[in-house]
Amino acid sequence: MEEKRVLLRNRGKIDPENAREYIAAGGYEGLKRALNMNGEEIIKELEHAGLRGRGGAGFPTYRKLQFAYGAPGDVKYIVCNADEGEPGTNKDRILLSSDPCSIFEGMAIAGKAVNAHVGFIYLRAEYSYLVPILEAALKTSREANMLGENIQGSGFDFDIKLRSGAGAYVCGEETALFESIEGKRGEPRFRPPFPGIKGLFGKPTVLNNVETLANISVIFQNGWEWFRTLGTENSPGTKLFTVCGNVKRRGVFEFPMGINLKDLIYEVCGGMEEGHELLAVQTGGASGAIINASQIDMTLDIDQVSNSGGRLGCGTILVMDDRNCIIDIVRNNLDFFRGESCGKCTPCREGGTRLYQLITKISQGKGSVKDIDTIQDLAETMRLTALCGLGHSTAVPVLSSIQNFYSCYLRHIDKDYCPVCSEEGE
Amino acid sequence: MIHLTIDGEPIEVKEGTTILEAAKLLNVHIPTLCHHEDQAVKAVCRICVVEVEGQRLLPAACSTPVTEGMVVKTASPKVIKARKNIMELILARHPQDCLVCSKNGSCELQKVAKDLNMNRPNRYEMQVRDARFDNSSPSIVRDMSKCILCNRCVEACSQKQGVMVMAKENRGFDTVVVPPYGKLLADTSCVNCGQCIQVCPVGALSVHDDTERIYEQIDAGKYMTVQIAPSVRITLAESLGYKPGTVTTGKIVHALRKIGFHKVFDSDFTADLTIMEEGTEFLHRMQNHGTLPLITSCCPAWVKYCETYGYDQLDHLSTAKSPQQMFGAVIKTFFAEKEKIDPKDICSVSVMPCTAKKFECRRKEFHDSGFQDVDISITVVELAKMIRTAGIHFEDLEDQEFDAPFGLGSGAGQIFGSTGGVMEAALRTVYEVLTGETLEKLEFMQVRGLEGIREASLTIKGQEIRVAIVHGLKNVEGILEQIKAGTSPYHFIEVMACEGGCIGGGGNAPKTMAKVRERQRAIYEEDQKLPIRKSHENIYVQKLYEEYLGEPLSEKSHKLLHTTYHSRRDLLR
Repeated sequence: MEEKRVLLRNRGKIDPENAREYIAAGGYEGLKRALNMNGEEIIKELEHAGLRGRGGAGFPTYRKLQFAYGAPGDVKYIVCNADEGEPGTNKDRILLSSDPCSIFEGMAIAGKAVNAHVGFIYLRAEYSYLVPILEAALKTSREANMLGENIQGSGFDFDIKLRSGAGAYVCGEETALFESIEGKRGEPRFRPPFPGIKGLFGKPTVLNNVETLANISVIFQNGWEWFRTLGTENSPGTKLFTVCGNVKRRGVFEFPMGINLKDLIYEVCGGMEEGHELLAVQTGGASGAIINASQIDMTLDIDQVSNSGGRLGCGTILVMDDRNCIIDIVRNNLDFFRGESCGKCTPCREGGTRLYQLITKISQGKGSVKDIDTIQDLAETMRLTALCGLGHSTAVPVLSSIQNFYSCYLRHIDKDYCPVCSEEGE
Repeated sequence: MIHLTIDGEPIEVKEGTTILEAAKLLNVHIPTLCHHEDQAVKAVCRICVVEVEGQRLLPAACSTPVTEGMVVKTASPKVIKARKNIMELILARHPQDCLVCSKNGSCELQKVAKDLNMNRPNRYEMQVRDARFDNSSPSIVRDMSKCILCNRCVEACSQKQGVMVMAKENRGFDTVVVPPYGKLLADTSCVNCGQCIQVCPVGALSVHDDTERIYEQIDAGKYMTVQIAPSVRITLAESLGYKPGTVTTGKIVHALRKIGFHKVFDSDFTADLTIMEEGTEFLHRMQNHGTLPLITSCCPAWVKYCETYGYDQLDHLSTAKSPQQMFGAVIKTFFAEKEKIDPKDICSVSVMPCTAKKFECRRKEFHDSGFQDVDISITVVELAKMIRTAGIHFEDLEDQEFDAPFGLGSGAGQIFGSTGGVMEAALRTVYEVLTGETLEKLEFMQVRGLEGIREASLTIKGQEIRVAIVHGLKNVEGILEQIKAGTSPYHFIEVMACEGGCIGGGGNAPKTMAKVRERQRAIYEEDQKLPIRKSHENIYVQKLYEEYLGEPLSEKSHKLLHTTYHSRRDLLR
C-alpha cells in the first residue's frame, strides 16, 4: 500500500529551516488566500472541510475557532500544542522537524480568523533540540513577511513565540498547558469556562495540535473540496499514524482516514516477526483501548474507532505479539499514569496509584477475583469523576483489557506461570 | 433566568449559578470538601459530583454552571457509589486517630464520611501521606499526614495574605502542601496569622495548643492573671456552639475564675492605653513633621509581615506596643508593686482571637518588666476547650464582673476587635484632644465596613487628615509600595492581617465572611452599650497615668509601652 503524503509532502525535500524553500513548494499560499478572507469566511471554509482535531478528541476545528471568534475581547491567542507526550507517538516531531512552516501557516490562518496576533508553540521539553530548527524557520518566515507585522501588506500582524515546560505529560492537556505557559504548576483547570472564552492568560484562546494546524495550511492551499476527497465522510483528510511495537516496519505513516487497522499492521508494516503471533493492539496511545487479535478488522477513522469502544486519539498503534503479557502491558501503562498524575484531583491522584498497586498484586500471582472487581469499580469511578482527561483515560486500557483479555487475568489469579510477569516479579 | 430540575424539583435561578448553589436553594445539601464559600471554586476533591441527564461523566456540582433544561440527580445510586469510592480513596491515606485529633468533632472530612455511611472495610492498603510533623511554629501546628489537598490553605496564604509559604510540592500520590525548600514553618516568612487553620477542613493545620502549660502554672501555685481581648467576648460562644455574634462577657469572666485565674482583666483597658500612646504619637508626628503615614502596630502578624516585606519602612510603624504587650508590662510592674506580689510569681496569660499573639509574647523585645511580660497566650478555641475540659456548663454560668483596676474598658477599646476599630478609636481621641471639643457623633461610619481597603478624609481644626484601613495582608502590598515610592496620600493607616480584623482572627472558630458580619454587628452594639466610649475618658487609664506613667510618651511610658522593630529580610533569602 502506498502512503498518501499530504502533510508529509515536504519531508526530506525542503530545508525545514528555510521558509523560502517552503514557499517555493507552494507554502504560505493558504495564508495569502486567508489574508483576503474575513473571519467568518475562514471558519466557513474549515466547516466545509470538516477538519477534526488530530490531538485525540477529534473535536471539529471550526467550532474551536468559532468560540474564540465570538468571544469578546481585543486580545486573543493561538496556541499550538506541540507537547507530544503520548507514549509511542512521534508524528508531531516529524512535522516539527521536517516542515515547521506548515504549522506556522496554520497558526497564522487561525490567528487571522479570530483576530489574534500572538501565537505560542508549547514544545515538549524533550523536543528542545528542535528549538534551533523552529527558531530558524520563524526567522526566515518573518524575513519573507509571512509572519510579523503587516503580513504581505494586508495590515494583519501575527507572530509566534516558543515556550517549553519541564516534561510533564499532563501539560499536553490544554488548560494545564496554559498554566505552564503562565509560569504556574502544570495542573488542569476545571471547565467551563472553556479556552475559547477564557484560556491562556484568561483570554479567548484557540488551541490546536500540531497536525491539525498543518491540515489547516493544506486546506487553504488546496480548498475544502479537495480536502473532502481524502478520508471518510465524518473524518476527512489524511492521518499520521505512529506504528510501534512488534511489527517488522515501524514508524510514522500517512494515510487517508479510513484505512483498515489490519491492513496497516500487515500490509504497511509487514506484520509480526517470524514465529510470532499477534496478541493485542492498543490504539491511541497509553490512554487507548487494548483490543485482541480478533478485533483488528477495524476502520481507522475518528468515529468508527470510538464506536468500537476505543479511540483513534493521536493515531498511535502499539502492536504486541505473543512475547508480551497483557497484565504486564497494563501495569506498565498504569505506572506511566500514576507517575504523570499532577495530584490535583482525588480520583486520579489516589486512584492511579491504587490501580497500579492492584495490578502489580495480580501480576505477582497474589491477586484475587475481588481485586479485579475493585479495579473495575475504581477505574469506572476515575473515568466518571476525575477532573481532566488524564484521570478519565487511565481507566480505558484497564477496563478494555479486562473486557478483551479476561482469561489472561484469570490465569494470573490462578497462579499459572507467566514468563513475562515472573521476570519482573518481586 | 435558567430553569432546571434538581432531584425532581423544578427551580429557576440566575445564569451563572452553579449546581451546588442551585441545590442549596432547594435545601439539597451536596457534600463538599474543597469548597469554601469565601474562596475560589477548586473542584479538586470531586466529592460533590452529581449526575446530569445526557452527560456521560459525573460533573462536579461546585464548578458546573446550570444550563437551561438541565436535569440533575444529586444522590442517585451512581452518584453515591462514586462519592463513596472517592471517600474510600481519601480515607486510605488519612490517619484514623480521630479520637485524639485536634479537629475531632469539627472536622469536615469526619462529617462527610459519616454522612456517606462509610460502613464497609477499606479495600486499599492504608498508606498515610508521607509528611513531616511540624510544630516548630509557636502558632500553627502542621500535620500534613492529615492533609486532603483541598488547596484552601494555599489560597488563604497566597491570595488573601500574600505570604505564600504554603504550596504544593511533588506530584500525583506524593503531592504534599509544604513551606518552600523543605523549611520548617518557623523558619519561613509565615506571619502566624492562622488564616490557614481557619480554612483547613481537617486536622492538618491546627492551633499550637498551650492549654497544658496553663494547668502546669496553676499547679505550680503561680499568681494567675488573665486578660481577654476585645473580640473574645464576641467570638468565644461560637466555639461552644452558640450563634455567631453572641456576646458572653460575664460568663467568660466567671468561667476563667472557675478555671483558676486569680485576676481576670480586660484588654479593652490596654486598648485604651494603646490609643493614648498611639494617638499622642500620631499628633506628635503630625505637629513635628515626623515620619508619616503612621501605621498601627497592634497586629503582630502585620508587624512580622512589615519586618519581612517592608523591612525598609519600619519607621512608619507606631512604636506603641499592642494592648496584649502593654498589659503584660503593666501587670508585672505597676500591678505587682501595688499588690505587693513578686513578679516572678505571676503567670500572665492572655486569651486572644489570634494565633500570632503566641509569637508576639515570645518576642525578645517584650521583657520590659524584667521577665517575659506575657507568659502564655491562648486562643479562643483553646479557652473553649478548657471550659469543656473543666466540665463547666457555660450556659448556666452567672455573669461576673472583671477585676479592678484593669477591668474597665471604653467602647473605643472594645471596637479594636473589628477592622476599622483602632482607627475609629484613635479618631475619637485625636479629634477631642486637637479641638478641645466634645464629639457630637462618635461613630465614624466612613471607616467601618468590610471592604479590603477603605479610606476616609476628615478635617479637624482646619487640618485635613487622610486615613486608610486595610485588612487582609494581600491588600497591604499596594499601600507599602506607595509609601516606598513616597506617593502615599495618607497620614494614618490601620492594618490588620486577618480579614475582618481580630473578629476574623486565626484563633477563633472557623469563620466565613457571613459570620464575620454578625460578629462585627455585635462588636459595634457592645460599643454603643458602654457608658464610656472614648479612650481618654477611661478613668482607670487616667489614674494609671497619674499614679505611675506620668503622661503619654513619658519616659516611663517609653520604657514600658513602646518598642522597636527589626528587619527580617533574611527570611526571604
